Amino acid sequence: MNALIDIRDVHHAYATSSGPLPVLAGLDLSVREGGFTAVVGPSGCGKSTLTRLVAGLMIPDRGTVSLHGEPVTSPRSTVGMAFQNPVLLEWRTILQNVLLPLEIVPTRLSRSQQQERALSLLELVGLAGFEDKRPSELSGGMRQRASLCRALVHQPDVLILDEPFGALDAFTREDLWQIMHELKAREPFTGVLITHDLRESIFLADQVVVLSGRPARTQYVLDVPSDGPRDLDMLYTPESVEMLATLRREIQIAREGESADPAENARS
Amino acid sequence: MSRKLFVPLIAFAVFLALWELLVWANDWPNYKMASPTDLVPAFVKYWELFLSMGWQTLWRTVVGLLLAVVVGVLLGMVMGFSRTMRDALYPLLVGFNAVPKATVVPIVALLFVGAHDFNTVLIAFMISFFPIAVSVSIGLSTLEPEYRDILRSLGASQFTIFRKIALPKTLPEFFGALKVAVTLAFIGTNLMEIVSPHGRGLGALFDSAKTNSDYPLMFAVLIALAFLGIVLYYVVVALESIFAGWAERSPS
Ligand SMILES: Nc1ncnc2c1ncn2[C@@H]1O[C@H](COP(=O)(O)OP(=O)(O)OP(=O)(O)O)[C@@H](O)[C@H]1O
Ligand SMILES: [Mg+2]
Repeated sequence: MNALIDIRDVHHAYATSSGPLPVLAGLDLSVREGGFTAVVGPSGCGKSTLTRLVAGLMIPDRGTVSLHGEPVTSPRSTVGMAFQNPVLLEWRTILQNVLLPLEIVPTRLSRSQQQERALSLLELVGLAGFEDKRPSELSGGMRQRASLCRALVHQPDVLILDEPFGALDAFTREDLWQIMHELKAREPFTGVLITHDLRESIFLADQVVVLSGRPARTQYVLDVPSDGPRDLDMLYTPESVEMLATLRREIQIAREGESADPAENARS
Repeated sequence: MSRKLFVPLIAFAVFLALWELLVWANDWPNYKMASPTDLVPAFVKYWELFLSMGWQTLWRTVVGLLLAVVVGVLLGMVMGFSRTMRDALYPLLVGFNAVPKATVVPIVALLFVGAHDFNTVLIAFMISFFPIAVSVSIGLSTLEPEYRDILRSLGASQFTIFRKIALPKTLPEFFGALKVAVTLAFIGTNLMEIVSPHGRGLGALFDSAKTNSDYPLMFAVLIALAFLGIVLYYVVVALESIFAGWAERSPS
């Protein structure tokens, strides 16, 4: 019962013009404090919906989402989010972008302490010297790094990442995986990572949850033996190859389940 | 910087020279087409009139435009935030905008007989609020949901989201529309000034020059109008670079 994020039997449907569209149906997920869980599943199965529930941007139709044992009923300042689109504000410098959450969230830090914290995060992700640049002057990978800093600057308990590396090239992505490990070692957050990349999931997470096709339920949970920071060679060990094979098989099952459900297909 | 001023000045001089040449080559009398050299005496003779009438035109255009900004932004916000209001108001506004203002001018002039300042400001406003309302509503309604979510997930209020994200993000569109609106407001002011009996402003000066068959003066008024239009436009451009300069792509 030391789960920081606890999701029990969550059901959720969107109202659409052709009637309710069930998206989540019996989703369970539990992330221990300081843990890092990756969520994988077929495209459109409801992964982003899950993140919106955890962030308190939506309330589930049925079931509970709790943080620290308390049900989530509204957004809370102890959450940080980053998306595939870095959504930096073009009229602000990188530093001002990173400081944005501190303008919303109550903080005990003085102005200079805020700056210090933002600058140290920027340095950690390799953006030292870029704090006064505009977002448009940075590459996609650099923007995503800045977006990670913004998600973490207010020291959230929970970091929600919705395919943050999805739009990056393979090399940049691997750089950012390493940076995620460095951030994890320094910042005390509990993470939920949505991803389409199975290698990314086992490289970053200590638990990988496979969702079934829409409407999504928890289909399979894989524990990744974790012992602190990892390096990329880890992906080529026999254990990893085995884990990847298992995940790939589970995704396959999830996708077949989807196409084998004619009622669901007729609706979409 | 000096180049930025120098190049347009050269272009202006070339334009005047070509105009002069055209009139000279065709040997047009000044009642058919006045040449730039005919204009100088007109300006010299009536410079006080140009100043006072120019001021009339200027302040009424600016007041009409400010009204258009206030009403346009409010309408744009209402339509940008509420789907229902957008569906309800949009056709109405399009219809309103489609009515040629030349037909509205005499109606307004009759409706509020004698209230010349009021009429003029009203037309300047009516003709120019539409692009502002549309641009603000489009700017707000096309805001990507992720932009809202980064602040909303921290518990920010709708107002904070508007102030920190929606408003600044809409500024480039707003100024784009304002550049259109300033020219429209100017046209509106002059329409009313020309049509109103006993009107004031550069439009009225044009009308009286026409009545007196003072052709060089008519052309001189046109040049004065063009000058005022340029000034107004570049004031908006300057405001834009102050408040939305970040949206300009640096030349590469
Ligand atoms: N606001 C909404 N209204 C109606 N339907 C929605 C809404 N948001 C999402 N959906 C639908 O719900 C389903 C799940 O959406 P969601 O974004 O959670 O999927 P996802 O797993 O994140 O997809 P992807 O892998 O493409 O990111 C999709 O079919 C989507 O079309
Ligand atoms: Mg998604």
